[in-house]
Amino acid sequence: MASSVISSSPFVCKSPAKGQKDLGFSSFRKPSQISIHGCQRKSISRKIVSVMAPQRSSSTSGSVKTGMTMTEKILAKAAEKSQVVPGDNIWVNVDVLMTHDVCGPGAFGIFKREFGDNAKVVLNLAIKILSLLAFSLIVIVTSTLKVWDSEKIVVIPDHYIFTTDKRANRNVDIMREHCREQNIKYFYDITDLGDFRANPDYKGVCHVALAQEGHCRPGEVLLGTDSHTCTAGAFGQFATGIGNTDAGFVLGTGKILLKVPPTMRFILDGEMPSYLQAKDLILQIIGEISVAGATYKTMEFSGTTIESLTMEERMTLCNMVVEAGGKNGVIPPDATTFNYVENRTSVPFQPVYSDANASFVADYRFDVSKLEPVVAKPHSPDNRALARECKDVKIDRVYIGSCTGGKTEDFMAAAKLFHAAGKQVKVPTFLVPATQKVWMDVYALPVPGAGGKTCAQIFEEAGCDTPTSPSCGACLGGPADTYARLNEPQVCVSTTNRNFPGRMGHKEGQIYLASPYTAAASALTGHVTDPREFLQ
Amino acid sequence: MAASSLQSLNPTFSQTLASPNTSPPSFRSPFLRFNSSSTPKPLSTRSSSSLIARSAAEPQERKTFHGLCYVVGDNIDTDQIIPAEFLTLVPSNPDEYEKLGSYALIGLPASYKDRFVQPGEMKTKYSIIIGGENFGCGSSREHAPVCLGAAGAKAVVAQSYARIFFRNSVATGEVYPLDSEVRVCDECKTGDVATVELREGDSVLINHTTGKEYKLKPIGDAGPVIDAGSDPLSCLPNSQNPRFVEPGEIISKYSI
Repeated sequence: MASSVISSSPFVCKSPAKGQKDLGFSSFRKPSQISIHGCQRKSISRKIVSVMAPQRSSSTSGSVKTGMTMTEKILAKAAEKSQVVPGDNIWVNVDVLMTHDVCGPGAFGIFKREFGDNAKVVLNLAIKILSLLAFSLIVIVTSTLKVWDSEKIVVIPDHYIFTTDKRANRNVDIMREHCREQNIKYFYDITDLGDFRANPDYKGVCHVALAQEGHCRPGEVLLGTDSHTCTAGAFGQFATGIGNTDAGFVLGTGKILLKVPPTMRFILDGEMPSYLQAKDLILQIIGEISVAGATYKTMEFSGTTIESLTMEERMTLCNMVVEAGGKNGVIPPDATTFNYVENRTSVPFQPVYSDANASFVADYRFDVSKLEPVVAKPHSPDNRALARECKDVKIDRVYIGSCTGGKTEDFMAAAKLFHAAGKQVKVPTFLVPATQKVWMDVYALPVPGAGGKTCAQIFEEAGCDTPTSPSCGACLGGPADTYARLNEPQVCVSTTNRNFPGRMGHKEGQIYLASPYTAAASALTGHVTDPREFLQ
Repeated sequence: MAASSLQSLNPTFSQTLASPNTSPPSFRSPFLRFNSSSTPKPLSTRSSSSLIARSAAEPQERKTFHGLCYVVGDNIDTDQIIPAEFLTLVPSNPDEYEKLGSYALIGLPASYKDRFVQPGEMKTKYSIIIGGENFGCGSSREHAPVCLGAAGAKAVVAQSYARIFFRNSVATGEVYPLDSEVRVCDECKTGDVATVELREGDSVLINHTTGKEYKLKPIGDAGPVIDAGSDPLSCLPNSQNPRFVEPGEIISKYSI
């Protein structure tokens, strides 16, 4: 099989501004033997090399400290252990728990039922002290001590907001009640559904809001009642999605039982072509390893291309880790990360990095300069195809939004392409900014190279729909009156994350997942279109 | 309802039972017990001799499910199990829990001629769901295993699971997520009569309609956790004592 071995370019760790203890670096060593992990891959691409790292033996009995990956280190620290290996079941301290309007009521319901009616969520130092004790007996004092921390829980209504569905509206009210009762510090509330701007606290899509509000920090453990919580791994932290019951438990104890995942490493090198985006990278990878290729594993992304990505692009990359079955995604934090984080929070953090001698369960390398824009055809995120090979696919609409493709830079990219093309869209093009902040950027920020025009102006000139109220919107269908919901069996090119049957509403709807560039290009032609048609 | 104290989150890891806990303490603490004196060993290093010791200590537990099969394919994602529009139903609310059940698997495409829950009904007539690879992929929402359990399904037998679905199944105790060793979904048909027998050491799926028997991977330590969640008798009446289980603990019967 064809395999192009790229000459080794060690991941160079830049010295960050703030205190960083562990300046480990992971240099990619050329293994003497390459064994292709064939069973995971459907087709062999010339552009990548897949290497199976030798399985390492458990060193729990040895005195020699085994190198750990980033994820192992983060979890070890959170479990107050010096060493963990993949497979260990450990109790982990949680730094941030996020929930939203769909799962919040259920999670709090379980918390209240399990920890008592009068349970309050407050900081409990006893847990920290008791964990140091040799003996395990802990005495219950009163029910009010079944607690955790009202400042580490972030409640972000975002899923079903701008709808007349009474149950959906009720769920936001339920969350308001819980937050009031528990004195939750971060509740991004919305009361006036008619005008999102009348709600100063309201943010929008939880994963984007978490980042924008400074809740994502390197080295921490962040859990959320949403599968795309893995987005936060872009900040060099352990972030994964959990269900209501697990969340209910975390609400009461601030801890969770986790099995340490082994890490698959993806090294992306080469200059990012001007028409390629992070969405193309992750669709490429998922197409390579399949929707179960990373099940129970960590996906660690590094390489020169990763270093060149902005935070929002890194978020897009980690966002779809769950679409490959991954437990979490992680990117080594660097100056880009610290710059973003330090502008949004003053909470101190401690970044960690994979050791030079850490073991990875698989290694993939990509020469990004050779990649082309791709889409995921219906009905699976791993149904990868080159965008240019789908140019005969007629489409009915385009959707630009969601945690995956509704951030400021996603809209900037789409606007840039529309401006370069100077044409009008041929199909309804729905724009759903992820958060209030993104919406404001769309209306306020000038698009580079567009003579001072904002995204909103360019979108209007191109004939797109007016950018709508920020929320998760139609990414997952939602109540019947959700804006841009697929209510008919139409073909939609979307910057969202899943395209299983019925995902955006109608069961026979056909969803092509794509980058913002590809989505914009497709809107202009009325067919699935490679963005190079307009960008070169 | 037992949660989070999952002994076996990854069904592909070899599963052996933990050492028996001879006498449960007189009360349950909501806090976690950190046996920092002895580091909990990874499951794979636990000896299998403890298995024999346990079965000598108490009668062998056997769980049996009998009923009709409902067969689906690969990559059945959570949106097919419970379309997102129904996520406004809060599972911890008893009325809405029942309603969720009525919508179980309603997202399956029209190619599935037999509906899992008949229109107008609240419960399913199928006890056992047979799936392929990566069952339950997609969202982290608990509504997925919850709606299956609420509808009346007892177990899922699939080739492999997505991790969040598997974890949520164990945490909620709504359905038993069982692993088959072969592609059972190719050999069974919706409407086949089957029995799932969970035993220590070996578990089987018996298809009475075809006469074939399939070995299942043992549910291991996840079994008692699911039992605690799904068996009302094992639920603790006292709301002060949470039903969460600690690591290393076998729950046969909660005596509190």
